[in-house]
Amino acid sequence: MEGEAGDFQITLIKKPKYIDEDQCTGCTACVEYCPVKYPDPFNQEISQNKAIHIYFAQAIPLVTYIDDSCLYLKEKKCGICEGICKNHAIDFNQRAEKIEVKVGAVILAPGLEPYDPGLRHDYGYGQFANVVTSLDYERLMCATGPYQGEILRASDRKHPHKIAWIQCVGSRQVIPGGNSYCSGVCCTYAQKQVILTKEHDAEAECTIFHNDIRSYNKDFERFYQRTESLPGVRFIRSYVSIGREIPASKNVTIRYSTPDDGVKEEEFGLVVLSVGLNPPADYTALADKFGIELNAHGFCQTNPVDPMEATRPGIFVSGAFRGPTDIPESVFSASAAGSECGELLNYRRGKLTQARIYPPEKDVAQEEPRIGVFVCHCGANIGRIVDVPATVEYALSLPHVAYAQEQLFSCATNSAKEISDMTREKGLNRVVIAACSPRTLEPLFRDTLREAGINQYYLDMANIREHNSWVHSKEREESTRKAQDLIRMSVARARHLEPLQEFDLPVNKAGLVVGGGLAGMTAALSLANQGHEVYLVEKESDLGGMARRLHSTLEGLDVQQYLIDVVGKIYRHPLVHVYTEAAILETGGYVGNFATKVKSRGRVMEIKHGATLLATGAEEYRPTEYLYGEDERVVTNLELEEQIAGRDERLVGARSLVMIQCVGCRNAERNYCSRVCCSHSIKNALNLKALNPQMDIYILFRDMRTYGYYEDYYREAAGKEVRFIRYEPTDPPEVEPAVGEEGLGVLRVTVTDPILGKRLEIDADVVALAAAVIPSAGSQEAARLFKVNSNPDGFFKEAHVKLRPVDFVADGIYLCGMAHYPKFITETLSQAYAAAGRALTLLSHDTVVASGSVCEVNERKCIGCGACISACSYGAIEFRETRQGKKAVVNPVICKGDGLCNAKCPTGAISLKHHTDEEILSQIDAAVQP
Amino acid sequence: MANGQFPEALIQQLSQKFRDHHFGDVMVVGGGVSGIQASLDLASSGFKVYLVDKAPSIGGHMAQLDKTFPTNECSM
Repeated sequence: MEGEAGDFQITLIKKPKYIDEDQCTGCTACVEYCPVKYPDPFNQEISQNKAIHIYFAQAIPLVTYIDDSCLYLKEKKCGICEGICKNHAIDFNQRAEKIEVKVGAVILAPGLEPYDPGLRHDYGYGQFANVVTSLDYERLMCATGPYQGEILRASDRKHPHKIAWIQCVGSRQVIPGGNSYCSGVCCTYAQKQVILTKEHDAEAECTIFHNDIRSYNKDFERFYQRTESLPGVRFIRSYVSIGREIPASKNVTIRYSTPDDGVKEEEFGLVVLSVGLNPPADYTALADKFGIELNAHGFCQTNPVDPMEATRPGIFVSGAFRGPTDIPESVFSASAAGSECGELLNYRRGKLTQARIYPPEKDVAQEEPRIGVFVCHCGANIGRIVDVPATVEYALSLPHVAYAQEQLFSCATNSAKEISDMTREKGLNRVVIAACSPRTLEPLFRDTLREAGINQYYLDMANIREHNSWVHSKEREESTRKAQDLIRMSVARARHLEPLQEFDLPVNKAGLVVGGGLAGMTAALSLANQGHEVYLVEKESDLGGMARRLHSTLEGLDVQQYLIDVVGKIYRHPLVHVYTEAAILETGGYVGNFATKVKSRGRVMEIKHGATLLATGAEEYRPTEYLYGEDERVVTNLELEEQIAGRDERLVGARSLVMIQCVGCRNAERNYCSRVCCSHSIKNALNLKALNPQMDIYILFRDMRTYGYYEDYYREAAGKEVRFIRYEPTDPPEVEPAVGEEGLGVLRVTVTDPILGKRLEIDADVVALAAAVIPSAGSQEAARLFKVNSNPDGFFKEAHVKLRPVDFVADGIYLCGMAHYPKFITETLSQAYAAAGRALTLLSHDTVVASGSVCEVNERKCIGCGACISACSYGAIEFRETRQGKKAVVNPVICKGDGLCNAKCPTGAISLKHHTDEEILSQIDAAVQP
Repeated sequence: MANGQFPEALIQQLSQKFRDHHFGDVMVVGGGVSGIQASLDLASSGFKVYLVDKAPSIGGHMAQLDKTFPTNECSM
């Protein structure tokens, strides 16, 4: 790569697949006949694949490629595939191709490499057949895995019934070849594997050998409890070592310590190593090529206040190359990197992209229905269970079906093209696709119909995968009959489908950001830097939110100085309008066209905006425990931080200080982990040790949840003799005023040390409580006003945990920061950029498309009872005064077409287009009358 | 005017060179879940994206996972 931000020249080498991708249909006839088998990398080399094969069943592009193990490539022998392929797609003459690309910016998302436990021989991996990594196990469980979803042991291809997981393999290990950091994902993925194992085999005995359980993310604590409560599941807190392999059974023993009986050795049928996350395999070469710096762990060096930026301008980074990362963060850091690219390249936005042009839509409303049925094999997902050819035959026998065929993967690009080609060629005016759930692929197939020149609502999908082959995998004949029933129902409905029009709505280019903390300000600046007017609303008189109470971070950021910089940028930016001491009075409208009334310093104004970002933050819990509020020597973590920053004399001179973790959360009332408190306490402890190395500091904890790089600071604190004592929630510490050794007043903290097995008494001058992070009052108010959802703990609920982590279900509204869940400044900033990036996918367009499948009121039948209005979760229905009295009217732009109102309407006045009674009743009739 | 100042051959040569180059706004290196999301967001907000991956398919490690926590949905 050469050049600089805005003008990079990149040279790529495109490796040969030895396949003409335009000719390959993914039929896999070549794979059948290929004589060469080699270990399949996608299945972790547990099973074999052919030298020519498709990378995995749902690969994109869905074409074959030829691996180096091919006989022809090695010795110019064989070439069978060339003769088999009807499309002449095999091309052994392909050579590596050099491609030059000029771009303005680069996003590096090379991901991670799982830790390889074979390198250190300390867990028997590669030596004992029945020791696997967690990624191996992932493939073993998967329906597309080496044994089609049967969990089998390598030694005897039998189901293991007693399985052990060993946590922290390659993580939290300061040894050659190990990683000092915590990988952050293994505790929860191991729990997931236990839950799934119990689904495969309810009798399975599952044991997790662990250190701290780090359920620090949203809904993870409940997930942990769910796993723990399953029968036959044990969590054992112990370091372990692999013992031996039993020669006859090939079972493997694990040695672990118990509090009562000393060291035990136990036999397991299968051992799963919960391996951590390493940087991508070729990280040094990658860094050299792109001219970026790496951190000490080999991940990309980033700036804590600009967390997506690599050290070279114009190069951004997202996902696990930034450090161990879970899926939601991989996704939102990608949106964030997108927004940062947008700031850099805003001047050229839209110059290289082209709008898609569809053929004109044919009016077929008056024609007799001519239905085409396409039955998908979904590789083997459907085809292995359902007799697809017989089902195609059956479809052809149904009334109005003019054409039917089978397809290997209907969703593949060539298959979609085949659907639109056949629709035109055979003059079809309705299409039924018998494949998977419409949830994922309906938009793609609607697009296919538009390509074919007919209205996109002339489509129905018969779900013969989730509703059929996946749940009836043992009943082949019945599932074939069920597939035929489902198709008959879809065909019956298709006859009644009507063409519907979607409409374009104008998009107001401005954004409203609610909450002027670091999240809100960062999102506001990113939007404004991409040319959008932003209204920033803050209830306090000063901007800054929670960050106003923070002074340092573990990475060494001076938070107050940074805050001054950001606030300055906000006030200087000509496109950002700030309203402080502000309250939102009311808000309405819909995606692209919102209107919100804001009262600020006595003035009320109406703001029109296309997108809304909610960054309403969180608060610190005010403890009622441990004498807080009664004795001034008991403070919260934030108060302690304030005193440290102010060099409070009494604090700095303290001889002994006790920190108590998990105050007000991880309990029945707040069943979640506040995520930041463990590291926050470590930070305060290290800062105190720097001020007064003589101070005795104790941290009383349940699990130390210093995930990711924070683990290094935990180790540093332990090295500086901060003492860590674990306590059980059933036996929490007690704090009481007492008189200490020298006759001075102290706080006496009593706690049971589970390692020593006895009660300890610690006399402390100060007790600091790691008080929970709780949802802010502002968030609850915003949830009510903007009609968005919160989770049971009161934090905003995103549209999809993994795939839409900063969107709300309601279109045009986004979230970021602590209102989503407690998080660190760096994480908050990533999420703020992400929310801005997502908002840009809306605001950068002039129009937004509204669905045609919406509700409609027949005013003649409406009696004005209002049942529909209370049923609607989106506020899409209002009353309108008419000469016949009050009548309900649907705003089609807000309506989501969920049909809740239809079910409530006592007179049948409301109908949902595309799901009319006629369509649904015809389906039911077809179901009961074969 | 151009013809007066630039010989036809040079124009041909320059435009050929232009055609041999791929012009885009952003290159995304890695087609796992993060790279895919970045590409989709950028393309949806008006940028031309080149998405490159070393494997024969996009999907990355997430494609290898059976289900994903904490909702235990199919990762595909």
